[in-house]
Amino acid sequence: MEKASARVPLYSRLVVALPAGLFVWFASMVPSVAGGEAQFASIGWLPQLGVDLAFHVDGLGLLFALLITGVGTFILLYASEYMRGHPQVGRFTAFLVAFMLSMLGVVLSDNLIVLFVFWELTTLTSFLLIGYSHGDSAARRAALQSLIVTGAGALAMLAGFVLLGNAAGSYSLREMLAGDSDLAGHPAYVAMLVLVLAGAFTKSAQFPFHFWLPNAMAAPTPVSAYLHSATMVKAGVFLLARLNPVLGGTDEWGMTLTGFGAFTAVYSAAVALTRTDLKQILAYTTLMALGVCVMFIGLPQSRGADEVPLGAVAAVAFVFVHALYKAPLFMVAGTIDHSAGTRDIRSLGGLRKAMPWSLLAAALAALSMSGVPPFAGFVGKEILYSSAIGSTYGVAATAAIVTANAMIVSAALLVVAVPFLGQSPATRPTPHEGRWPMWIGSLVLGVAALGAGLFPRLAFEWLLLPAAGAVAGRQPHFEASLWHGFNLPFALSVVTLSAGALAYWQRNRLTGALGSALARLPVTGDSAYDWLMNGIARVSVVHTRIVQCGIQRRYLLIVFATLGASVLTTLVVKGVIAWPARIPDVSFVEWLLAILIAASALVTIRSHSRLMAIVALGVVGTGIALIFLLHGASDVAMTQLMVETLVVVIVAMVLLKLPGFRREVRQTGLGRWRDAIVSCVVGLTTTLVLLAVTAEPSHRRLTEYFQKTAVPEGFGANVVNVILVDFRGLDTLGEISVLALAAVSAYTLINWRPRRSARAAARSKAFPEAEGAAKPETLS
Amino acid sequence: MELINAALVGVLMASSVYLMLSRNLVRFVLGLALLSHAANLLIFTGGGITSSITSRAADGATAESDSLAQALILTAIVISFSLFTFALVLAFRTYETLETVDTDAMRAAEPEPSGHPGRTDPSGRPS
Amino acid sequence: MNTLVLRVATRILLPLILVSSIFMLLRGHNQPGGGFVGGLIASIGFSLHVFVSGAEALRRMLRTDPRWIAAVGLGVAIISGLVGPYASGTPFLTSAWTSVGGVKVGTPLVFDVGVYLVVVGAMLTFILGIKEQG
Repeated sequence: MEKASARVPLYSRLVVALPAGLFVWFASMVPSVAGGEAQFASIGWLPQLGVDLAFHVDGLGLLFALLITGVGTFILLYASEYMRGHPQVGRFTAFLVAFMLSMLGVVLSDNLIVLFVFWELTTLTSFLLIGYSHGDSAARRAALQSLIVTGAGALAMLAGFVLLGNAAGSYSLREMLAGDSDLAGHPAYVAMLVLVLAGAFTKSAQFPFHFWLPNAMAAPTPVSAYLHSATMVKAGVFLLARLNPVLGGTDEWGMTLTGFGAFTAVYSAAVALTRTDLKQILAYTTLMALGVCVMFIGLPQSRGADEVPLGAVAAVAFVFVHALYKAPLFMVAGTIDHSAGTRDIRSLGGLRKAMPWSLLAAALAALSMSGVPPFAGFVGKEILYSSAIGSTYGVAATAAIVTANAMIVSAALLVVAVPFLGQSPATRPTPHEGRWPMWIGSLVLGVAALGAGLFPRLAFEWLLLPAAGAVAGRQPHFEASLWHGFNLPFALSVVTLSAGALAYWQRNRLTGALGSALARLPVTGDSAYDWLMNGIARVSVVHTRIVQCGIQRRYLLIVFATLGASVLTTLVVKGVIAWPARIPDVSFVEWLLAILIAASALVTIRSHSRLMAIVALGVVGTGIALIFLLHGASDVAMTQLMVETLVVVIVAMVLLKLPGFRREVRQTGLGRWRDAIVSCVVGLTTTLVLLAVTAEPSHRRLTEYFQKTAVPEGFGANVVNVILVDFRGLDTLGEISVLALAAVSAYTLINWRPRRSARAAARSKAFPEAEGAAKPETLS
Repeated sequence: MELINAALVGVLMASSVYLMLSRNLVRFVLGLALLSHAANLLIFTGGGITSSITSRAADGATAESDSLAQALILTAIVISFSLFTFALVLAFRTYETLETVDTDAMRAAEPEPSGHPGRTDPSGRPS
Repeated sequence: MNTLVLRVATRILLPLILVSSIFMLLRGHNQPGGGFVGGLIASIGFSLHVFVSGAEALRRMLRTDPRWIAAVGLGVAIISGLVGPYASGTPFLTSAWTSVGGVKVGTPLVFDVGVYLVVVGAMLTFILGIKEQG
């Protein structure tokens, strides 16, 4: 894929300016937001439904916005180099930017419905990004899987949002957070909770919905580095954090979040150790991180309510720390893949000489990941520990987080020590360092992790505490520092690091045991997903066989019979069958016309000659034009006449090329009677409906308005034309668009001759797998 | 006047439904054309036409029918024409590709479930 | 159908039909007529030409693909709708009028020209498509 000689298109470098500019813009808001002033902007969208395009920048939103744009800047830079020589860089870049903007929408929306829309936009853009290598069936499957899992969760979440909005009386998050409506006591509270959690857990890949995230590693590495570490999967965490003041504080909330989060964290940290693909290891450690975030948002603190909300601080700090180390590690993994041609740690080693910059970046990130002082990871871990110790579930929560963290230390060693240190396997092309965009981003983020660790007060005062305040619902008073003295959290840190190192040293034994334990699991999320999908396919096969007979006229028969029967029944039941009180005197001309038209319609039915049928059809149309004329509708009459002329011309050109009616397979006698009865019922129903309509006095309000204003406002005496081109111009615009579209479609259709042409052959050569998987039905 | 128009709409509607229920694609397309005629006349009559129209209409339109309905029909005529033409072209191309105008024999998208041999014979195929 | 009489008649008729179609278009605002009818009349004139001299002759005469005519018409209609918003901030497709030498001229007229072009373009696309491939 990579061609070192290929040029990087200018736009893929220039586009980096967009997230960079946004980052600077958001950064300029930091002082005011940290001072407690949230920014707000709103544009009316559907005010009738209480849905406005409202955006709201508070501490939490700003932290995420900065992470999204900051990491996004480096990811786009990285991607411009990573995708060098790829034929569709433009599309890739566009998807990434679209994703970034949707993600910003999620974290900055003030309105729940708008938030949902952006949420779904991230789902769709991530579908496109995961399935970017659409020739690869694994990528297609992973893309579809993530779409279905997160999409299904999002639908549940929408239902939850509607319940929430109704209960709170507003869809605006600001109003919801400011108001003190007691949602916990609401009868639908549990339903809201379950539905919203379904959305957040699927998006943030909590067990048992975790399986899509490792599969999504089929995406190009910049996508994994962006979506699956710092941003998209954090959307669920963000939502939980955002709604914590509204929905949180209850036992249900605390237990669910802590339980699912802790289990996901420990389980996926264990799985991470058994993997050998760099990206898979990182994916599972990401799952662990998400679990930790979810757990600490929910973790109830046992100390008094006026104490510091340590759980919120811990969760927010960990989001920040994780983004700073995970994105660099993913990017380094991609660079290794590029230069060494593999991501399997069993065949990697000794890259330190060839890739010094990547080593430096990876080492910084891994140290932060392991929680070695003085990195941000250390500060974050200390807060996690003190929060877990002080929680209601003290011992259990502490044990879970220490275990997970110890395994993460091991995993950090696995992804950095194994590829870079040791001996390089002999049979491999010489690896080389990537160009500067491949490592600069990782390096900057790694240095940032170091900086945030050295000056924790800065990071906390400006960024993390305002965010934690938004999560907790009140401003925490928290003094962040690198060194807390020799206390229990520090002791646990030491235990974590040594246990992690020990596990790394004994990794062969450990992974063997873990692997065999995991292999004994009776069902995995992936297999459950397959079972479900196959089940749906099987059900739809059965259902289709019952409902769809494949015979077009039978469908039509059902449609028409239903139409006639239901409308006729309604007319009879409602008693609105109207009969004109008096038979009006109908002129001779009208009688003549009506009889002529009816007779021609019957000729069209009965005729065995195509030409005769065409002529009869023409007579019907012309007769109707005359009826229009009789009633003074001269515009319509003219149009009808012209169209009729063209119809006859075109029908004559086409119809005479088709086989005649005589060859038609005639219906059996019974079938013809059935058709005749259904047609007569439909005809009769139409007549009765029309009579019922005309028996009512017609509402001419609109017509009178148009007639009154046509000359003074539309400057035209022909009311019909003024309506068409002025009053209802948008309708006409739509109509001529349809006309143009129909013409172009018909033209394309008639000129399209499917052939296994040279182009099709070229396509199958380019995407052999796509061709094989979805072979088009060949019509013979 | 409404009575006679309503009856006429009914006749046109019935004819068009009968034609559309046919197995022959050509007759289906003709039915589609009749359907749009019926619909236009329906809107026209439903919009309210002043009664007592006599042959006086021939010398200068004395009767005013609903101008809004007229505007609707005017666009409907052109739209239904383009729909009709598209359907015609579609029918023609279907015939070219499948070599039949018998809709019962068109089973490319929804093939007969295996085990049930085709009930229909391709008699619509010109020999 | 290609008789001498028809061919000669068409040569005279076509310009007349086209002129009358434009007449119909322009008078539409006050009297029966308008873009739809005008466009249809012109299309009938052109289809007569197709029957007499063939599709190739019509293409030569038009010098462009009829699909372009439809597209240009659509563009004209949309642009006419943008004049109002641009000039006075009114919603899309609100008419804007001005007086040129005592005669009222407005965007609905331009819009109607767009309709005319779309109708002609679409009809000719249908006819040429069928004629050439059928």
